[in-house]
Amino acid sequence: MTLFSTRDETEVSTTTEPALGGAPAGDGGNRAASGEGLTVRGLHKVLGGRTIIDNLDLQVNEGELVSLLGPSGCGKTTTLRMIAGFLDPDGGSIQVNGREVSHLGAEKRPSAMVFQNYALWPHMTVFKNVAFPLKLRKRPKKEIEERVDAVLELVNLLHHKQSRPARISGGEQQRVALARALVQEPQLLLLDEPLSNLDAKLRVKVREDIRGIQQRLGITTVIVTHDQEEAMSISDRIAVMNAGKIEQFSTPADLYARPRTEFVATFVGSLNRFEGSYRDGRISDGSDVVGVRPEDVKFSREPVPGSLPAVVERVVPRGHFQELFLRREDALLRSFASGESPAVGEAGHALITRAMTFRGDQRVDADQPVNGGQA
Amino acid sequence: MTATVTPRRRKSGPGPAVMLLVGLFVLLMTIFIIGPLVWLGLHAFSESWSYPNLLPSSWTMRWWQVVLSDKSLGVAVQNSLFFAPMTVLLSSIICLPAAYAFARHEFWGRRTFLIGLFATNAFPKMGLFVTIASLFYALNLMNTITGVLIIHILGTVVFMTWIPAAAFAAVPRSLEEAARDAGASKLRVLTSVTLPMAFPGILVAMVMSFLASFDEAQGTYLVGAPVFMTMPTQMYSLVLNYPNQVAAVFSILLAIPSVALMTAAHKHIAGGHLAEGFQIK
Ligand SMILES: Nc1ncnc2c1ncn2[C@@H]1O[C@H](COP(=O)(O)OP(=O)(O)OP(=O)(O)O)[C@@H](O)[C@H]1O
Ligand SMILES: [Mg+2]
Repeated sequence: MTLFSTRDETEVSTTTEPALGGAPAGDGGNRAASGEGLTVRGLHKVLGGRTIIDNLDLQVNEGELVSLLGPSGCGKTTTLRMIAGFLDPDGGSIQVNGREVSHLGAEKRPSAMVFQNYALWPHMTVFKNVAFPLKLRKRPKKEIEERVDAVLELVNLLHHKQSRPARISGGEQQRVALARALVQEPQLLLLDEPLSNLDAKLRVKVREDIRGIQQRLGITTVIVTHDQEEAMSISDRIAVMNAGKIEQFSTPADLYARPRTEFVATFVGSLNRFEGSYRDGRISDGSDVVGVRPEDVKFSREPVPGSLPAVVERVVPRGHFQELFLRREDALLRSFASGESPAVGEAGHALITRAMTFRGDQRVDADQPVNGGQA
Repeated sequence: MTATVTPRRRKSGPGPAVMLLVGLFVLLMTIFIIGPLVWLGLHAFSESWSYPNLLPSSWTMRWWQVVLSDKSLGVAVQNSLFFAPMTVLLSSIICLPAAYAFARHEFWGRRTFLIGLFATNAFPKMGLFVTIASLFYALNLMNTITGVLIIHILGTVVFMTWIPAAAFAAVPRSLEEAARDAGASKLRVLTSVTLPMAFPGILVAMVMSFLASFDEAQGTYLVGAPVFMTMPTQMYSLVLNYPNQVAAVFSILLAIPSVALMTAAHKHIAGGHLAEGFQIK
């Protein structure tokens, strides 16, 4: 387990890539042909008489970290459990590094899972928990010892080797669960809401840890989450799920800048949403849905071309920026502004620099995602 | 300053009224539990002890000699030490898989079956035994080891099913799934995760079954006597044929295995990491 393995950096940098950079979906397409990573095709599952997963396709490239993001009940856990082998799909194929695994039991699959509640065995020490997968593989004692030590060091828990899971903190338990998965050197790492039991501060730290380790080991990873900020900050690509389907699959930046459906636009990031239509910088009556990102609304004291007079109705401090509520004649707009905050009641001008239009949930304005964000 | 004083005051403990109640409770418990034991202990060593005297007038080991030199006692001890562990073993083999099935699988008639198990304990035992006895006559099971074992096992089925079923059900499924995910076969999941985690509950059931078998007298007498006498059935005849003191000695002997077993099992059941592990979600 060397620090920063020699994987190419192109994938690593995708999170920080600007919106203009576009999705590495073309790259993904090439790799998919080679059969590396995870390929899910036509996955289908009916539970309790309801179609929970509806013909789902997903391609995760080797070494890539992909988030399954979606609201509660959309089928994220169900999908992950089918990939892990705890649930039999009613149809479809699941391939890991080119090998069909959907007929295999969980114990035979090359994937390892980190459970939402960690699922550590309370009657075993931290060491024994992590060593168990290797013991099952009948590795020599010395090798087990070394590999467990190495992975515990990786997650910074060597000092808790002999502790019982119940005696260590939630964040530490989380890392033990991660270590137990990593020690198997899985071809695919699956995590179901790995951070949801941690407090907000720890969540940020642990997700950085997970991302760091994932990059270091270059391990193909799927994380389930319903927290869009979490998904945005650690993923190479995000699959936004809704009602058993993937609505859009793309880089965080692309999803944010070029959502293809109204659902994705509202679910990822913040949005001013209006029923109407958008023309020449103003919102007027209509039957479409118009979405404007708060950072695409600019407030100024002097008029600029395309702006309309606006009054500051409310100012909500958000730390390093403010959220302004701007009343214009056509709409009430939320705007993110940095720098000096205007006063409540102050009159000025508000400009919409960019808007999205949706008809029947689909994006219909010109500024559409270029590559379609295909899986 | 106040900050340090306040918690200390709180720590100083409950008020006098509560202390008094607790004291009273302990005293009552002592009288009702320790009292008879002391009475037994004294009787077992007394030559004679009759009403107004506070303590026996003279001491003796005679009753112990009577009991220990009684040949039938040795046989009874042997029988008891055979039937009780055998009962636990066979009952475990029969009931634990059933308990696991009750805990982990939904199947037709599951609830009816669970309630039915209770119902067997709802009827007066003696009536049940008499019916069984007539059945045993027909099957030639009277005065056989098998017959006695069946009687004993019947008395343990409820504990051996209900308590382990609850223990199995309390093992979170994700812990079993995690083991599957790590590469364990179904059998390995059972031996490495499910059984160890359900162990405290199973142990309680086993101890209770052992004691139930060890104390079983009515059915054993009916089915086993006079060929298979166990300690409790032997005690009946001893009590009838000898003075009080012999019964006292015998009671003490009868209590030894129970106390020993409880002491041995105690730390596995009550304390330790097994109990504490269940705090994990
Ligand atoms: N065994 C089952 N029988 C019937 N319906 C089920 C079963 N398991 C899951 N479902 C349903 O499937 C849907 C998807 O469940 P799933 O657990 O995959 O959601 P999720 O996306 O993980 O949500 P969350 O964010 O709340 O965890 C839910 O509506 C749930 O009620
Ligand atoms: Mg879920």
